Amino acid sequence: MATFIGRRLLYLLPVLFAVTLLTFLIASLLPGDLASTMLGDQATPEKVEALRAQMGLDLPIWQRYGIWLWDVLHGNLGRSFRTGETVWAAVTDRLPVSLELMAMTVALGLVIAIPLAIFCAVKSGTAVDRFFTGLAFGKLSLPSYMVAILLIYLFAVELNWLPATGWVPFAEDPVGNLRSFILPALTLAFAEWPVLMRVLRSDMIATLQEDYIAMAKAKGLRPARILLVHALKPSSLTLVTVAGINIGRLIGGALIVETIFALPGIGRLLVGAIYARDFIILQGVVLFVAAGFVMVNFIVDMLYAVLDPRIRHGRA
Amino acid sequence: MAVLDIEGGGDTAIVSTVRRQRRVGALFIGSVAWIVLIGLSAIFADWLPIASPTDMDLLAKRAPPGSENHILGADHLGRDELSRLIHGGRVSLTVGLLAPVIGVTIGGCLGMLAGYFRGRLETFAVGGVDVLLAFPPLVFALAVTAYLGQSVTNITLVIGVLGIPAFTRVARAVTLSLSEREFVTAARALGATHARILIRELLPNVALPLLAFFLLAVAVTIVVEGALSFLGLGVPPPTASWGSMIGEGRDSLDIAPWLSFLPAGFMFLTVLAFNVVGDTLRALTDPRPGAL
Repeated sequence: MATFIGRRLLYLLPVLFAVTLLTFLIASLLPGDLASTMLGDQATPEKVEALRAQMGLDLPIWQRYGIWLWDVLHGNLGRSFRTGETVWAAVTDRLPVSLELMAMTVALGLVIAIPLAIFCAVKSGTAVDRFFTGLAFGKLSLPSYMVAILLIYLFAVELNWLPATGWVPFAEDPVGNLRSFILPALTLAFAEWPVLMRVLRSDMIATLQEDYIAMAKAKGLRPARILLVHALKPSSLTLVTVAGINIGRLIGGALIVETIFALPGIGRLLVGAIYARDFIILQGVVLFVAAGFVMVNFIVDMLYAVLDPRIRHGRA
Repeated sequence: MAVLDIEGGGDTAIVSTVRRQRRVGALFIGSVAWIVLIGLSAIFADWLPIASPTDMDLLAKRAPPGSENHILGADHLGRDELSRLIHGGRVSLTVGLLAPVIGVTIGGCLGMLAGYFRGRLETFAVGGVDVLLAFPPLVFALAVTAYLGQSVTNITLVIGVLGIPAFTRVARAVTLSLSEREFVTAARALGATHARILIRELLPNVALPLLAFFLLAVAVTIVVEGALSFLGLGVPPPTASWGSMIGEGRDSLDIAPWLSFLPAGFMFLTVLAFNVVGDTLRALTDPRPGAL
């Protein structure tokens, strides 16, 4: 087991290395020069050159990457040339917003998915089941920006129940803060629930054919108790895994939704860094997002290995 | 976003296979019909008796659908909505059909080679795929369009490259299972070269699953192109695109909601149609027992 974990961990390092190298290359390809942008139109070429040298932008790219990597290995992610904010501060500042959005998304997704999955598993093969599985398929064709527009139209424009965009800090106005998260979380949850429902439904159908379920029925337990106490827990292993993977994806994937609803999360930080050519921030956030994604995948892999000894031995 | 669900749909109900197929049949024909309709209107957009997509009719700003001269209304600059929908379909279909060609060519070759030769090449290919998947796809798309400029060609290239990992995975998985089959062993025993086995024996069998996946990729590509346009990083204005139309319509959601809803509806139907056709093909070519 220890070798397996070690092997997987060793495999993560080159992936992270390649991701950061890729970001560095892309960032250096971006047009526009940070030094001249910062100094404005009035700056003399000498001043621009001086600033470039000061920021280390005159060095060749491989050298800049080396310096950056060395700093990162020493725990220094650098600071933005533009705002002076450190990458660490920028990320930890935005992270609570992204995490809150993620938590609400997963919670909403599960609240929708679990009852529907149980219902469909019990009614498996009937018209109701086919309707909901069909609906889950139709969702594949509804991208988040369409769902966002529909939700804004319905809840903000027509009913006027919730704000269309904007965000208030939790400390200032807890209710307003939660209200501003409802629409974005619903938008993301709309993409989550069909996947979660599908997974739980098929596992549940398999569990319901187990002998101990027949036993529970024979004992005369109420159907609700059988479903919720006896069948749900053993059926939810894959569900937990899938939900986990999706959390990893949501760290950086909420970019569009955060932009539409003007939430100051990691996704917006990323978009802002691209627009402003703020390489250091871009580089740091991508490293952060990729590391998060890779770590979640790693944990999920571990979970599989713990659950299924065949994987543990087969791959090693 | 560019990650495609290749495992989905494995839980086909066994109970009502016959009825299910007939139902999917009608949906399948409807989907093909819609794709043909959108495709033809996109090809012949310039010769159709519709207004220009960029001419502004200032008296008809935000005219509702059903107005005189503007069957589906006009946008905030008085441009004909129907015409913009048809010309926008041009962009979506061009990018949607061409970008997956890049993915299927490069990813397909890479996946087949990795699945057939195994060893170091496979480790390298799978590692590369993992890197591309760990990299936030929209960041790549945003950065490259910001650098290369916003044009249909560049957007196609970017989304095409982003699709490579998914195609590599599918091609590798299919090749892996096929390489163990008797006909490959037989071909090898007859002294066939690697090239011959790959092209004459494996390719025809890998092609069909890849084609099915290609159609699903078209659907995803249209969605991604729409996302870029929606964020203002797609095809530059005044060229119409469904994504940018949805985005522009957002500002007048309270007075003219149809400006967002019409392009959203067109895009939804098109993406759904490609998904239905792709999924039907996938179910037919899926070797797992559920689809037999």
